[in-house]
Amino acid sequence: MSELMPVFLALAILLGGVAGAAILTWWERRLLGFWQDRYGPNRLGPFGIGQVLADMIKLLTKDDWVPPFADKVVFIFAPTAIVVAMMMGFAVVPFAPDMVIIDVNIGLLFFLGMTSLAVYSVLLGGLASNNKYALLGGLRSAAQMVSYEVFMGLSLMGVVMMSGSFSLVDIVAAQSDVWFCFSQVLGLLVFVIAGIAESHRLPFDLPEAEHELTAGFHTEYGGMKFAMFMLGEYLGLMLISCMIVTLFFGGWMGPALIGHWLPPLAWFGIKVFLVINFFVLLRAAIPRPRYDQLMSLGWKVMLPITLVNLVITGAVLLWMEGGA
Amino acid sequence: MQTAEDLVYSQVEENLYRQFGQDLFVAQHNVDKIPTLWVGRDRLVEVLQFLKPSFSMLYDLFAIDERTREYRQGQPDADFTVVYQLLSMERNEDLRIKVALSESDLNIPSIISIWPNANWYEREAWDMFGVLFAGHPNLFRILLPPTWEGHALRKDHPARATEMGEFEMGPERVAREQEALRFRPEDWGMKAASDDSEFMFLNLGPNHPSVHGVFRIALQLDGEVIMDSVPDIGYHHRGAEKMAERQTWHTYIPYTDRIDYLGGVMNNLAYVQSVEMLAGIEVPERAKVIRIMLAELFRISSHLVFYGTFVQDVGQMSPVFYMFVDREKLFGIVEAITGGRMHPAWFRIGGVAQDLPDGWNRMIREFLDYLPARLDHYDKMAMQNEMLKDRTVGIGVYTKQEALDWGITGPGLRATGSDWDVRKKRPYGGYDQFEFDVPTATNGDCYDRAALRIEEMRQSLRIIRQCVDNMPSGPYKSDHSATTPPPKEKTMEDIETLIHHFLNVSWGPVIPEGEASVMIEATKGINSYHLISDRSTNSYRTRIRTPSFPHLQQIPLISKGLMIPDLIAIIASIDFVMADVDR
Repeated sequence: MSELMPVFLALAILLGGVAGAAILTWWERRLLGFWQDRYGPNRLGPFGIGQVLADMIKLLTKDDWVPPFADKVVFIFAPTAIVVAMMMGFAVVPFAPDMVIIDVNIGLLFFLGMTSLAVYSVLLGGLASNNKYALLGGLRSAAQMVSYEVFMGLSLMGVVMMSGSFSLVDIVAAQSDVWFCFSQVLGLLVFVIAGIAESHRLPFDLPEAEHELTAGFHTEYGGMKFAMFMLGEYLGLMLISCMIVTLFFGGWMGPALIGHWLPPLAWFGIKVFLVINFFVLLRAAIPRPRYDQLMSLGWKVMLPITLVNLVITGAVLLWMEGGA
Repeated sequence: MQTAEDLVYSQVEENLYRQFGQDLFVAQHNVDKIPTLWVGRDRLVEVLQFLKPSFSMLYDLFAIDERTREYRQGQPDADFTVVYQLLSMERNEDLRIKVALSESDLNIPSIISIWPNANWYEREAWDMFGVLFAGHPNLFRILLPPTWEGHALRKDHPARATEMGEFEMGPERVAREQEALRFRPEDWGMKAASDDSEFMFLNLGPNHPSVHGVFRIALQLDGEVIMDSVPDIGYHHRGAEKMAERQTWHTYIPYTDRIDYLGGVMNNLAYVQSVEMLAGIEVPERAKVIRIMLAELFRISSHLVFYGTFVQDVGQMSPVFYMFVDREKLFGIVEAITGGRMHPAWFRIGGVAQDLPDGWNRMIREFLDYLPARLDHYDKMAMQNEMLKDRTVGIGVYTKQEALDWGITGPGLRATGSDWDVRKKRPYGGYDQFEFDVPTATNGDCYDRAALRIEEMRQSLRIIRQCVDNMPSGPYKSDHSATTPPPKEKTMEDIETLIHHFLNVSWGPVIPEGEASVMIEATKGINSYHLISDRSTNSYRTRIRTPSFPHLQQIPLISKGLMIPDLIAIIASIDFVMADVDR
């Protein structure tokens, strides 16, 4: 059983990820609608969930068109890259005790590596389209994601220092007493902001920025290739949410007193769901900063915060060791 | 018809006469009491240069095809006339300068060096009448496509497609049209490269999510920084001024609704007031208050759309939905009163279409109590948001002087510190009876323009409340022979009334010859209809002066050196409607 587990789990993630992303498109629209005094898609099936199916049929049956002026190979490769990278990222996520595809001792680095790869997708998509709006979107994404990569990595070092491991399984285990969201407030803050920037969602959707760049890097994309970008974006959203839960909110562990009420997987699911809703709420509430403002926020605010966090965490850890 | 009062010259006229001698000018007397002087073409620039210090704004510039006009008593001979309407905000004075041109020599010096906003107006006059402006740097068509043949507002140019001959879009024509669309930066006066970098040209629009209609702006970019930009309009041109020449005075009212399509009956107001001035109609009190009430409701409606889209354009998704909910409530009121929603076409020459329905004030009172709390809520949500402030404070700044130079009116002008509101300065249609403040701001940036409009909504609510509290009784339509439709009550009782009713309904009223324009403070700035009647059932020439037209012209000035997101914020803060620009 335990040998088959990773294979089984990989399949489940593959199917669950795609289905989850599809349902998430519907859920996000309903939720936004709820917050914006309107309905959202509510026609097809119970609560409009059939919209997911309708959208899929539409996207699948659309003409698979590559603009004649685009760089064909890269144009087709770009949207696949983001999906593959995001899917791979799930490999190290511990959904429950023993429910992880691979527990590597560099799990966290693997996750960071995979999300970095996703930048290529946006960048290449923007460049290969040979469209000026796409190019501007690609340029923005390159600058935005590369800089936020730095804080994203650094913001997690506090967690690593406290748990003494890069393995996500160990990190979850290290939170059995106190979740890191309490001891690593600054780290959490930076990670959430960097996470939005990484998954380029509103308010940090500058590579896409509908109001400025029409659709940014995916202006020329349509049909399934467009759907792949969307899939990648929603997978990214889920992955970031999974990581936030794993790293800061005790992963599959339930809250102290009522933890035994539900199985670990359910706790994990509930927490991820709440974090996703939080991201949707952010999207509904906050305006978009300008490109240079986003950069200066990163380098002038985020970086100092992470460094301060590192110093404090280190100092406290040393003090406690010395005291013990 | 000259009265003793007309013969007293204004100070400006006296100064002009003293400077240039009275022989140079021919005075024309109009019902709207705006001093109108005819000047020879050769002295025009001199005269305008002399006038510039006392008239800070070129309010309007347009041409008239005089060739088929019959009633021109006292005016010099002309085939075409170019009209310059100047406005002095300090002294609250107007002056019209007219220049007569003959068909064989349609040439006149350009005055861009005196008032920069003459640029687009002159292009429009060239486009529509074929008047050549000597010294104009880029005298291209502005509203019609570059491949258009003829000049559309000339009297000999057909007004209907059926008069134009068969339209064919063969391969040859397609090729020609395609070629005309090719973008060459040099044609637009832009450089392809600087010493150290090659520029990117980005074609923003005419289809773009943030240009609020079909507006195109060609950008010369260095990275994301705007080095230069050229706005291109005309994609929403429907020939509203041409249509006015074939509709009767009455049946043109619905077309005015669609000029500033967010302003609804506000457009009717500008139009019917000009017609009423020509016809000499005094509107009854009740009609006046009803008109003001509805106009202010539409001001709120237009500003709500502005508010929502402005906030949305800086990336905040949600507020626009809340504001559309409010606007929906407002349309409910408009629908209950007029039967229409966005385009009620409800004002009539001499009054309004119907009396107010029973219970009209209950809905309005509810709305008056409902909206202020919502506005407070939006203030917290949007205007006090630090990110929104970062995006809009200090962006798109222009000074009061620049605003005047470019013909900017309305909230865009008042955000620079001026308090010029037509409702206060020249209370038209009964505004002098109301208590309200004119909000102003000092920075002249995107944020101020938005904040000012929000305060205007509160002031409009104040005006509406006064309307509801003090609605006078009496007729809703004037008892005047040109009132359209005429009163129906006595038609079956005496033959005079029957004939009169029959003629006024079937042909429409004949409006006495003359010229008039009445400014109103529309949702986006000063709007006026310069109407010329040739003692006929339709207008001889209708010139629609809209606020949005000059507002777009100065975008390049205020967006230079900023980034694309800033340009989007600027466009949003200007609050234009393309239908209002292109007409």
